[in-house]
Amino acid sequence: MNPTSYLVLATILFTLGSGGVLLRRNALVAFMSVELMLNAANLAFVAFARMHGALDGQIVAFFVMIIAAAEVVIGLAIIVMIFRTRRSASVDDASLLKL
Amino acid sequence: MNTTLLTQSVAAQTETHQAVREASGLFSGTWLLIALPLLGAALLLLGGRRLDRTGHLVGCATVIASFVVAAVLFVAMLGEGSGERAFLIPLWEWFNAGGYEVEISLLLDQLSMAFVLLITGVGSLIHVYSIGYMEHDERRRRFFGYLNLFVAAMLLLVLASDFLVLFIGWEGVGLASYLLIGFWQHKPSAAVAAKKAFVVNRVGDMGMVLAVASMLVVFGSSSYAVVFAGTENAPVGWLNAIGLFLLLAACGKSAQFPLQSWLLDAMEGPTPVSALIHAATMVTAGVYLIVRSAAIFDLAPEARTAVVVVGAVTLLMGAIIGCAKDDIKKALAGSTMSQIGYMMLAAGLGPAGYAFAIFHLITHGFFKANLFLGAGSVMHGMNDEVDMRRFGALRAAMPVTFATFAIGYLAIIGIPPFAGFFSKDQIIEAAFAEGLVVGLCALLGAGITAFYMTRVMLMTFLGSKRWAEEAHPHESPRVMTWPLIALGALSVVGGAGLLYLGGGIVDWLEPVTGEEHHDLPVPLAVLMTSTLITVLAGAAVAWLLYGRRPVPEVAPRGNPLTVAARRDLYGDAVNEGLFMRPGQYLTRSLVYAESRGVDGTIVGAAKAVGGLSTRWRRWQTGFVRSYALTMLAGAGLVVIAMLLVRLP
Repeated sequence: MNPTSYLVLATILFTLGSGGVLLRRNALVAFMSVELMLNAANLAFVAFARMHGALDGQIVAFFVMIIAAAEVVIGLAIIVMIFRTRRSASVDDASLLKL
Repeated sequence: MNTTLLTQSVAAQTETHQAVREASGLFSGTWLLIALPLLGAALLLLGGRRLDRTGHLVGCATVIASFVVAAVLFVAMLGEGSGERAFLIPLWEWFNAGGYEVEISLLLDQLSMAFVLLITGVGSLIHVYSIGYMEHDERRRRFFGYLNLFVAAMLLLVLASDFLVLFIGWEGVGLASYLLIGFWQHKPSAAVAAKKAFVVNRVGDMGMVLAVASMLVVFGSSSYAVVFAGTENAPVGWLNAIGLFLLLAACGKSAQFPLQSWLLDAMEGPTPVSALIHAATMVTAGVYLIVRSAAIFDLAPEARTAVVVVGAVTLLMGAIIGCAKDDIKKALAGSTMSQIGYMMLAAGLGPAGYAFAIFHLITHGFFKANLFLGAGSVMHGMNDEVDMRRFGALRAAMPVTFATFAIGYLAIIGIPPFAGFFSKDQIIEAAFAEGLVVGLCALLGAGITAFYMTRVMLMTFLGSKRWAEEAHPHESPRVMTWPLIALGALSVVGGAGLLYLGGGIVDWLEPVTGEEHHDLPVPLAVLMTSTLITVLAGAAVAWLLYGRRPVPEVAPRGNPLTVAARRDLYGDAVNEGLFMRPGQYLTRSLVYAESRGVDGTIVGAAKAVGGLSTRWRRWQTGFVRSYALTMLAGAGLVVIAMLLVRLP
C-alpha cells in the first residue's frame, strides 16, 4: 500500500481532532480530540519511518504515547476536579483565569 | 628603625639648629602629659552618673597633674644645655604601608615645651574656674570630660613629631570645640554655631590634608625630621604650595581671614570654653603650625608673604569688628581674631618674627583668658546678660573682677609694664623692619585695639547703671576669682618676665626657630613712643565717645562702617553669596536633572510597559478554545514560514 495514503489519513484525523478541540465545549470531548490529534501525529511519524526506512519516527511515536498517557492522567484529574466544583464539564464556563 | 629616624633627624637639625636626642630618664615620661587628660576624658565620658558629683574634681585633677608633669619636665629641660633641649620620645609604629612609614612619637623641644606649659597652665586655671561657672549645670561632668578631651587633643597637636600625628590632634581639637561650642545644644543658635565651626574648620582641614599629601609626594614622609631636612633640596614651587596649604589649615583653626566667620558665633558656648578656645588651645594651633613649619616657610617667600597679608588683613578686620559689637563676648572674640592676626603677621616675617609670634601668643593666652573669664564672671553676676548696653557701673559690685579685668585691659592695649606691651611692641618693631605698610597696619591695629577695649571697659564697669530690673550683680565665688587673680598676675609680670628672665623667650626658642636681628628704619625710642601715642589716642577717642557722655541702652544706627562691623564685615554674607547660594543652586539643578532626567527615564519606561500591558491583557479572555485557535494559527504560521524558507 502506498505510504502516502497513511499521511492523508493522518491529516484527516488531525483536522478532525483540531476541529473537535476548537468547536466542542465539553471538556471530555475536547480531551478526546486532543488524543485524536496526538495519534494522527503518531501515524504520520510511523508512516515517515516506513518511507525513509529509519527507526527514528517509530521511537518518537513511543515518546508521544508516553506523554499522552501522562497527559491523560493529569488532564482527566483536572477535568474531574472542575466537574466536582462547578457541576459542569464545559470549557467555556471555566474562563475565570483572566485579567 | 628608630635609629634611622633619629639619624635622619640629627642630620636635619644639625644643619639648621639643634640635634634631637632620643629621650631618656625623665623625658621618656612625656607621654603622661597627653595620657592624663585623655584618661580624665575617658573616665568622665564613660563613667556615667556615678561620677556626677566628683567629676569636676577628676577633670581638674588630671589637667593639674599634667601641668605638674610639664613643670617638672621644664625644670629638667632648663638643666640641659641650650642646644640640647630637643627630645624624641618614640612610642610605637602606627602604620607602614606602601613605602610610607608613620611612627607615633613625641617631640619635646623648646617650642612644644612653651605650648605645653601654656596649655596645661592656663587650661588648669580655666578648669578650676569652670567648677564655679558650671556649678548649676546638670551636665557638668560631661562638660569637664569635653574640656579634658580638648586639652589632650591640643597637647597631642603640639607634641607630635609627624604631620600626620599632628593631624590627629588637629582633628581632636576640632571635635572637642564642636562638642563644647554646642554644649548647650538645646539652644538652636548654639547647635548652629557648633556646626558652623565644624564646617569652616573642615575647609581648613582640607588644606592640612593637601599639605600632608604634598609632603608625602615631595619628601616621601610626613615626619618633621625628614620634611625639614629635605626642604633644602625641594623645588620652591612645591614648598610654596605646601606653605599655602598649611596657611589654609592655619586660617581654619586660627579663624584668620577668609575662614574667620566661625569664631564670633562660637561665643554660643559656655564662657570658659571661649576662654579655652581663645587663649590656650584651638586658635593658637594655626600659629603653632606656621612656626613649627619654619623650615618650609623660610624657603617659600610667596607663602610667607601670604601669611603676612592674611595676618595684616585679619588684624584690622578683627579690630574693626570688635569696635561695633555690643555683646561683650563678641567684642572680645573680635579682639582675639585681631591678636591672632598679629601673631600670624609675626610668623610670616620669618626668623625675625617667629619668637615674637610665640611670645605674643603666650602673653595673649594670659590676658585673653583673664578677660574672657572676667566676662564670664560678669555674666555670672548679671543673669547671663551679655549686652554691654545693659551693664555699666559694675566696678563697685564686682571689685575683684573689675581689678583683674582692668589688668587684662591694660595688658591687651599694651601699656607698660603689662604683658601685652612687650610682646606687641616687638611685633610692631619687626613689622616696621619688614616694610612700612605692614608696620602701619600693625600700628593702626594697636590704636583700634585700644579703642574697642576701652569701650568694653567703659561700657561694662564704669558709667551709669543700665541694668535690667531683676539684675542683682554680685561678685563671683572664690573658685572663680582665684583663677582670675592668678591670670591677672601673669598678665602683669608675664611680658617682662618672659622677655628678660634668664635670657628670655627669644633665646629659649632660638634653637628651634632661628633668630635674625632686624634693622629698624627709625630709632627704637621713636617707634615705641609713637606706638604708645597711638594707643593713648585710641583710648582717648573711646573715652570721648563712651566715657564722657552716657551710653544709650538701645544701640544707635551708627555710621556705615559700624553697621558693617556689626554684621562681621559681611563675612557671612560673602560666604553665603559666594559658596552657599551657588552651592544650593547647584544642588537644586542637580536634583532637577535627577528627577527629570534619570527618574523620568525610569518612570517613563515603567509607565510605557504598564500601558502596553493593560492593552495586551485583553487578549487573555480565559476561553481555552480561543487560546487553542491562536496556537493553531501560530503553528500554521510556523509551518508556512518553514515552507517559504525551504521552497527555493
